[in-house]
Amino acid sequence: MHLAGRHRSSATEELQVIAPSKLAIEEVSKSFQSASGTVLALDRVSLNVAEGEFVCLVGASGCGKSTLLNIIAGLEKPDSGTVLADGKPVTAPGRDRLVMFQESALFPWLNVFGNVLFPLKLKPNLTNKDRHDVAKYYLELVGLTRFERANIHELSGGMKQRVSLARALAPNPRVLLMDEPFAALDALTREQLYGDIQEIWKARRKTIVFVTHNVREAACLGDRVLIFSPHPGRIQEEFAVKLPRPRDINSVDLAGYATRITKALKSLGKTATG
Amino acid sequence: MKRFLLAAAFFALLLLIWDAAFRARIWSPVLLPSPWQVAIYLKNAAVDGTLVKATVITMRRLLVGYFIGLVVGLPVGLLTARWKLFGDTIGTMALGLQTLPSVCWVPLALLWFGQTEAAMLFVVVMGTLWSVVIATETGVRNVPPIYRRAALTMGSKRLHMWFKVILPAALPFIVSGMKQGWAFAWRSLMAAEIFVTILTGFGLGQLLHYGRELSAMDQVIAIMLVIVVIGLLADKIFFSPIERFLHRRWGTSQA
Repeated sequence: MHLAGRHRSSATEELQVIAPSKLAIEEVSKSFQSASGTVLALDRVSLNVAEGEFVCLVGASGCGKSTLLNIIAGLEKPDSGTVLADGKPVTAPGRDRLVMFQESALFPWLNVFGNVLFPLKLKPNLTNKDRHDVAKYYLELVGLTRFERANIHELSGGMKQRVSLARALAPNPRVLLMDEPFAALDALTREQLYGDIQEIWKARRKTIVFVTHNVREAACLGDRVLIFSPHPGRIQEEFAVKLPRPRDINSVDLAGYATRITKALKSLGKTATG
Repeated sequence: MKRFLLAAAFFALLLLIWDAAFRARIWSPVLLPSPWQVAIYLKNAAVDGTLVKATVITMRRLLVGYFIGLVVGLPVGLLTARWKLFGDTIGTMALGLQTLPSVCWVPLALLWFGQTEAAMLFVVVMGTLWSVVIATETGVRNVPPIYRRAALTMGSKRLHMWFKVILPAALPFIVSGMKQGWAFAWRSLMAAEIFVTILTGFGLGQLLHYGRELSAMDQVIAIMLVIVVIGLLADKIFFSPIERFLHRRWGTSQA
């Protein structure tokens, strides 16, 4: 079927499109009902993320940082406040803001290639050949070309998260939302992925919001690191990490940043308990 | 190959024991025919066409009824899983009717439809339907929410979500429900055919019944063997490959 007036981009064009985006989060609040009463997960949180920026959110578990990520993704609705992606209000999930989840959310009924192809099949204006080429490109980017026919359960934890990354990148989202994606991995695999993610971020110019409770990880990846305080969830402090990239998680300078951020987190804990 | 030889040796041994029991004349040959008599009956019935005709009639009833059960059961299972109202009403009814042995549908089918093909079909559909409904419902309810959330962010919704995410994710449950439905349908059809003579065609169950009427034990045993073999073939040809695929993909167990 010929779609008159519609532009159809080829795989190469598709891969050349660099689509940075900015996020504006204004006065977002969200509360949940729990057994012990109402919990204010987010209390009038405001945050701006520039185009192509890598922002890390750090905080103890249960401080609302994942809730904020889900609201940006459009998977949850805030009680009040707005989220603007490229100036447009976020009301539902959209392909321009893809989430890479903590636990592997890969589909076990598809093999590796099928998983990466899944979001591409939902993207209009591409031929099937384009979709295959794009999927192959991202599998190569995460170094898993050899495993494209493998079943998901045959992969190691690190490989699974690489496939998740390729799947999230494949439809070329403007914003990548990452919810503790490396929390379940061993240290060696994690360090490898820190290198990979920085390379991919640089090559594809994504805007990334990255949630973690690992301070070093945040200092290694983020242009900015934001500290979240729990009950109610608020952004307490902000650190700009001014280190050249690619950064090595074991470098002394980075350790300096990590120490300062950790101190700030600990003082939060004191005020909360004291 | 070794497994095949062992299995072949096992069945050969069974035949030998049977033959020995026949030769020992512990029971009257009317009650226990020799393996040879059964084999000769099978050969004759195969040559004169009664066996083929009966098998075709039985399989047609079974397959048509099973197919209807699947086609109705799958969407109903989806509805009961998706909407509370359907779950509380149709879901509860399905759960109740599933516990009813499917043979129990035979008297009702006879009174409603008389001695017709429709009665046979009804019994098979009832045997299949409720298992498929329950399995589909359970499968859909057990789909991890994270699949749904991931698919939502990738732009999947409504029909695409159902067909490309929820249904495949529920597949292991649905297949075990299909298998159970098949077993129930097969059993209830045999019961119906033994109880009811239908002029539109003699199935395997009816051959079994007339074997008893004529005290033709070779016929009874031969037909029983055919029924066993059909059940085995259905499992090996249809269900086993699907289950092997599921195990391989999901990594659930190494069969």
